[in-house]
Amino acid sequence: MEALKLPLGVEPVTQRRVVRSEWTKLISLRSTRWALAATLLLAIGIGVLACIVFESRWAHLSVHDKADFHPLSVSLAGINFAQLSLGVLGVLAITGEYSTGMIRSTMAAVPRRVPVLWGKAIVFGATALAISLPATFVVFFVGQAILSGEGINVAISHPGVLRALIGAPLFLTAMGLFGLALGAILRSTAGGIAALAGIVFVLPPIVGLLPTSVANSIDPYLPSNAGGAIWTINPDPGTLAPWAGFGIFCAYVVVAMAIAETLLVRRDA
Amino acid sequence: MIELDGVSKSYGKKAAVSNLSFVVQPGRVTGFLGPNGSGKSTTMRLILNLDAPDRGNVVVNGKRYRDHRAPLHQIGALLDASSFHTGRSARDHLLAMAQTHGLGRERVEAMIELVGLGEVARKRAGTFSLGMRQRLGIASALLADPRVVMLDEPINGLDPEGILWVRNLLKGLAAEGRTVFVSSHLMSEMALTADHLIVIGKGELIADVGVQELVNGASSSAVRVRSPYAARLGEVVARPEVRIRTLGDDLIEVHGLAAEEIGDAALISGIVLHELAPRQASLEDAFMELTGESIEYRAGDGDPVAATRGVAA
Repeated sequence: MEALKLPLGVEPVTQRRVVRSEWTKLISLRSTRWALAATLLLAIGIGVLACIVFESRWAHLSVHDKADFHPLSVSLAGINFAQLSLGVLGVLAITGEYSTGMIRSTMAAVPRRVPVLWGKAIVFGATALAISLPATFVVFFVGQAILSGEGINVAISHPGVLRALIGAPLFLTAMGLFGLALGAILRSTAGGIAALAGIVFVLPPIVGLLPTSVANSIDPYLPSNAGGAIWTINPDPGTLAPWAGFGIFCAYVVVAMAIAETLLVRRDA
Repeated sequence: MIELDGVSKSYGKKAAVSNLSFVVQPGRVTGFLGPNGSGKSTTMRLILNLDAPDRGNVVVNGKRYRDHRAPLHQIGALLDASSFHTGRSARDHLLAMAQTHGLGRERVEAMIELVGLGEVARKRAGTFSLGMRQRLGIASALLADPRVVMLDEPINGLDPEGILWVRNLLKGLAAEGRTVFVSSHLMSEMALTADHLIVIGKGELIADVGVQELVNGASSSAVRVRSPYAARLGEVVARPEVRIRTLGDDLIEVHGLAAEEIGDAALISGIVLHELAPRQASLEDAFMELTGESIEYRAGDGDPVAATRGVAA
């Protein structure tokens, strides 16, 4: 009982305090630390590997392959992987609380609930950006140094390159937040990951089955395609303008977060 | 203080709690008793605003729980022995909880010390035994110096030493003037710990009484009377509300009269008594009597009393 008599500085719950708490939660899980490290390594590793393959095989490549080649997209090949791993981590940031029972403690501490969702979004968004921004620049410079062996590299001053290098981490961060929102809506790890993978990987081929005229008018607006425009430098015809596309992707994320927030407040925990 | 006023909650078509009203007072241990499935946990979820009631109001220290600025300072709760992330250490779990209320590592260490988890505080909580989980839950509940301590089945999984520790902790917290509200399906434990009881069955209030009052009032309280003229004494005290069981030639058991009344009647009638022994119903008997009608799940077609005692009928 002695411990209970210690002087205490109990303070009101504020958004700032919830952010601190969410930061502790995020970094105190071994699984998150590993997954973030793996994301970093793979985003860099896959891009570097792709650059090595192109540089070493360049002389033997067909004209067709050479025409499709772009030094920026090859060095950023790992971003495609990172979008899935950060998206899944976003899902887990909230569904991990539902599957373990932690959510009861969380909502007892912050019964207004909304600060929890924002706290997670701020902490996870900042972490995703802090990891993917350096990773993107590192893989670009290392990749271009490798490609320069064949003189097939591109400079950062080339039109659109810097925009893509800033855009890719922003895209990854938004994808992580999209995963967070889907996880908060579905409250199930399996459901959240399935929804995310379905929207990113399954929806585009399904749209591809529609008559071409219909598919072409829908395709650019799919979340992954709209968001992808920000880090694509020689787009397919019909792709949205970089920032317009990213804006539409952000709108999807905002709508998903708004639905998550409404459900979080209305539903029983 | 916790106040419930006409609270009802259904999950789908199933009513979990129906028109429940009661007040939990500070300064004493209030036991929350009811068979499994009677709505105890639902009631606690409603108090914490984890679930919203369909009707009625729940007020904690004058406000709805979620309207308090520092909610963990109002109620510290243990709802379930696993309200934490299994991959996080006990220390990090408590720190994350503490930070929402501006508390730091010093307070966390004090709570770890209080519940005796010092040696395992850096281990992942998923590896904990049930007893250790309960201790972590109690540490979490006491983190922000709560005015109300609300624990759902806190002694499940504890060893005898742990049970004694919880019992003393609860009494100590109540003695400090806090409101202590603790659920259990173990009447024997409540008899030792609680001052006051709220009993529910099938989501409805059955009793809101002091422990002693409940035991005294139970109709199974009886008086054993041994006398060579036992049969005659039985006729003398006979009244519609009095029930008499004959246990032997010289032994009867009288239900519905106090020992004093029987002794007085014997003297007036000139009947000699060899034994006059009030046999108080145990709290368990009293509880069974109250809830016999409202047991949700009974084992097979056995007698409900035997079934809830875990005795094969």
